[in-house]
Formats: sequence, structure tokens, C-alpha cells
Amino acid sequence: MTAPYVLTMVLLAIGIYAIACKRNLIKVVIGVMVAEYAVNLFLILLGYRTGGFAPIRTEAMDQAAGAAEAAKSFAAASVDPLPQALILTSIVIGLGVVALLAAMAIRLHEKYGTFDVSEMRKLQG
Amino acid sequence: MESTLPILVALPLAVAFVMPLLEKLREPEWLIDLIATLGSLGLLVLSVRLVGAEVGPYWMGGWDGTGGVFGIALKCDGLTRLMLVTISGVAFVAVLFSLAYMRRYTSKGFYFCLFFLMVAGMNGVALAGDMFNLFVFLEVAAISSYALVAFGCESEELEASFKYLVLGGLASTFVLFGVGILYNLTGTLNMDQIHAQMKGLAGNPALYVAAGFFVMGLGLKAAMVPFHAWLPDAHPSAPAPISAMLSGVLIKALGVYTLARVFFSVLGPAPEYAAVLMALGALSMIAGVLLAVGQWDFKRLLAYHSISQMGYVVLALGIGAAVLSRPGGSRVVAGLAIFGGLFHMFNHAAFKSLLFLCSGATEYATGTRQLKELGGLKHRMPVTSACCRVASLSIAGVPPFNGFWSKLIIIVAAVQAGYLWLGALAALVAFLTLVSFVKVQRYVVCGELPERHANVREVPASMCVAMVILAVVCLGAGLLVPYMMAPHVGLLDQAAEALAPGVEAVEVVLGGVAP
Repeated sequence: MTAPYVLTMVLLAIGIYAIACKRNLIKVVIGVMVAEYAVNLFLILLGYRTGGFAPIRTEAMDQAAGAAEAAKSFAAASVDPLPQALILTSIVIGLGVVALLAAMAIRLHEKYGTFDVSEMRKLQG
Repeated sequence: MESTLPILVALPLAVAFVMPLLEKLREPEWLIDLIATLGSLGLLVLSVRLVGAEVGPYWMGGWDGTGGVFGIALKCDGLTRLMLVTISGVAFVAVLFSLAYMRRYTSKGFYFCLFFLMVAGMNGVALAGDMFNLFVFLEVAAISSYALVAFGCESEELEASFKYLVLGGLASTFVLFGVGILYNLTGTLNMDQIHAQMKGLAGNPALYVAAGFFVMGLGLKAAMVPFHAWLPDAHPSAPAPISAMLSGVLIKALGVYTLARVFFSVLGPAPEYAAVLMALGALSMIAGVLLAVGQWDFKRLLAYHSISQMGYVVLALGIGAAVLSRPGGSRVVAGLAIFGGLFHMFNHAAFKSLLFLCSGATEYATGTRQLKELGGLKHRMPVTSACCRVASLSIAGVPPFNGFWSKLIIIVAAVQAGYLWLGALAALVAFLTLVSFVKVQRYVVCGELPERHANVREVPASMCVAMVILAVVCLGAGLLVPYMMAPHVGLLDQAAEALAPGVEAVEVVLGGVAP
């Protein structure tokens, strides 16, 4: 079960590589996005249970076994819903960050005339 | 009293949402100013009211879900109260300063909207009782600050803000990794419940990975070396009241406070974490001040000093953690180190904000930030130069101002804990800080007034009032040290007690939850 987690770390590494080594502003923005999706994937994987079902309780479950029994077996067999709530929030936060990054990239292009990061060196020392 | 806690987050959010409406409807400027001032004053009053009271955890929606596992708690222990008072105080002063200063920028309504969002985020971080709530409010405050740094929309400000945004976004990603690992290990997000499970998890390698992620992410928010690269560009480029907020409270609420929460209240002090905190603190102290001494841009110099002073605070917290995690460690020495660190955090909020406001006032009057172009301002700008002098003496650690007491306590605690070299290093850094600020004084306040600045006038009254308030706080905190140290009553003592035993906070929350 460790292969998907390794994938998460590889995605994070790709994101950091793009942020650190790419000279185009837009590629840096894409690097930030990839890193954020890496952590979202990580959180989803944390909640997953092999052979589990989606965490939606239905009437049929309650009628089949009685309320308390159904609750216990549901908790034991379904996928963990809490990380899914965390990821939704994280995706929205990522949306806000990327929107701000894109707006800033457009403004930077207006000011400097280029997307090349190595041209934007006015602040030194 | 408990219902005050969500109001501390809801009130700045409400003000923030009203501001763009007022801006779009072309409401008069005085209305925007009035609402902003009343909002921040209300926050300050509410935070001060909380100081003496024992306020239990507030469960959002009144739902503490199945014994506290799924509920979202806002809790208010001593450290939170200290942060709330600091945040509201600096926010109020920054609002006063912005009333006149921000007339030179584009849109005050949008500025105050972002400003109050940042304050709401910081209050939320201080009040958060579980890890994910902490993360969400951390992001709210951080994203507002990214936008505020770029507020002037000149090329330099955009460049600085872009760098800050990318690095800050990466840091938040690391923090979320850490939160995810902690959730997987303990099955809960509530801080006190995670802490209760720590004994059973000691030595688990995943815990060290989570701690590593937290150090990288929160260390960047706190501007620790080697994660400091964004600060010297971002803080000077922001408008002056925002620089005061960023250096004065944001790196504390989002960086140092969350580091203290995670490594004291959630993970619990351990020798490894203490060693890392002390290393980061010492490195930041010395690197910050050495890089600052050679700066000729006023605000950039102040920004490097922020790195150095935050190093002091993290070093003190690290020493406290080290002593607490030693088998025979004296709780008195640990408490003293933590008290010194928190006192220095409060003092830094006061004098660094004042310094940034003074630099803003200087820029407002003369149009420049370069030290070589300034001089002799005491002749024409008496209030600004007096406040600048007070703040410089405070940060350099000259008695009877507040900086002296907190640095003294940190050095004494370091020596008593057995770290003689760290105490000597702290004293050396204090000396270099003094050197740096003597330079500032000589070039800004004293000396000859250059020809082109012969006609500068003192800044408007609201800006002067804001600076004088902070100067009074600097002097007052220095003179009233015995009052602040009074056991169980003083604001700082409550905050130190909240961290040093570590169990007090846990008992308060779980005591109301256990069946």
C-alpha cells in the first residue's frame, strides 16, 4: 500500500523542482499547483480503506440491521469521510492562491514586459 | 464570556465584508475610516476583557460531537490571550496610522477589507483548538497578507509579493502534510486529544516526519533562517502600516505562536525538537543581525532585524523545551526561558511596529527610505524622531525600555539552563543590534538636514497619535515589568504557564468533554 504514497512524494518533489528551477513565471505557478495537489492526494490516501465503500448512510442499511448495529458496521467498513472534508477546504484554498498568483503574474508581465524570472531582479541584497 | 470567542473572529470578518460594499457604493471616506476604527477598537476592548477571565472551550455550533472527537473547539488559554491582546493592539494602532497614510494609495475600502481579513485570520489562529482549523485560519491570514504586500502594485512590490506567495504557499503545503500525518497517527484533529495520545506514540518515525514538515512550514512563516528569503523583500515593499502588522504580529501569530503550540501543546517538548528550535533560533539571531548591519535602506534594515529578534524568541522557546524534556530539568528555569521568549514576542510587536510606522512617517514626509539621503529630522519632525528614538532604544535593549528586560531574562535563562555559549551569543547579537540602531539614529534623526528636505513637515495627527501610543506601550511595558510578572494575574505569567506545564490547557478542554 506504499506505492500511492510514494507517488505523492514524487509529485511534491516535481512541484518543488518546478518552483525552484524553472525560469518562466507560469511554470512556477504550475509548480505551486502540483505541490498543492500532492498534499490533497496524500490526504485522500490517508482516508482510504481497502474494500471500503463511500461514506453515505442509506435507509436500507438501517432497516437491514437496526440503527446501532448499522452504525457500527458502517464505521468499520466505510472510507473515512473526514479527510474528504479537509481536501475540499484545501482545494478551495488552493484555488484562491492560484487565482492570486495568476493575477500577479499578469501584472508582473505588464510591469516588466516578460515572464522570465531572472529579469525580475530589482530587489537585491 | 464564552460567546466572546467566536465574536473575535466574526467581528473583523463582518467589517471586512462591509468594506467593499462601501467602496463600490462610493461612500464617503470618513464612514470607511469610522467603521475601521470602531471595529479595531471593539476588538481591542474584547481582547482586554478576556485577560483576567478563565474562559472554557467554545464548541462551534454548540456541538461537541461524540465526546469531542468531531467537534470544532475554540479555546482560550493564557498564550491565546496574550496573542489576542497583541494582535488587537497593533491592529488598532495600524488602523489609526492608515487613516492618513493610505490616502496616497488607490483604494482604502479594499485595503481595510484585506486588513480585517488578515486580523480575522490571525485571531482564528490564536483561538484555534484543533489542527485543521489552525491551518484554515493560517491560510486566510497568509493570503490576505500576500495581497496586502502587493497593494501598491509597483514592479518591486509585485515581485516581492510573488516571491512571498510562492514560498508561503509551499510552506502551507508542508503544514498540511504535517496535519495529515498527525491525523493518520492519532485519528483526531483536536489538539488536546492529539497531545493525550503522544505518550503511546513516542519514538514513532512518522512523528518525526510530521515534526520536520511543521518545522519547515512554520519556520518559513516565522522567517527563521534558512527559510527567511521572502522577508527582506516582502516587508519593505508593503505599505508602512502593513509592514508594521506583518513584522509586528503576522510572523508571530502565524509563525512563532503556531510553533509553540505544535511543539509544546500538541507534540510535547522532546530533546530533538528542542535542539532544532535552538539551532534555528541561534542561526536566525546571528544571520539576521549580520545581514542587517550592512543595509542602507531603512525598511530593509528593519526587516532583517525582525528575523534576528524572532530568532531570540524561538531560541528562548527552544531552551524552555530542552529544560522541560531533561529528566531532572528545573521547571523554574524552563518557565523563565519561556516567559522571556513570550515577553520578547510582545515587546517586539510593540517596538518593531513602532519602528516601521516611524519609517512610514519618514517616507510620507520626505519621500525616501534610503538612510544616506535622510538626516536631521529631529529639527522638523519632533514627534516622529522622538518615537523613533524610543523604539531604537527599546530594540537595542537599553533600560528602562522593554527590550532590555526581555533580552536580560532570555540571557539569564540560557546561562541557568547550562547553555553558556547561547547566552554569550545572545549578548553579542544585542550589541550588534545596538550598533545597527546607532547607525539608524545617526542617519535619520540626528545630523544635518539635507537641502531638499528643508521643508518637511510633521506627519498628520492620526499618524502621530498612533506612534505615540506604541511609544507609551514600549516605555510602560519596561517600567511595569513587576506587574506583568505577577503570578497567576499577570498577562505574561498566564501565557508562560500555558506552555510550561503543557497539561493545563489539556485539562481545561478535556475536563469539559470527558463523559
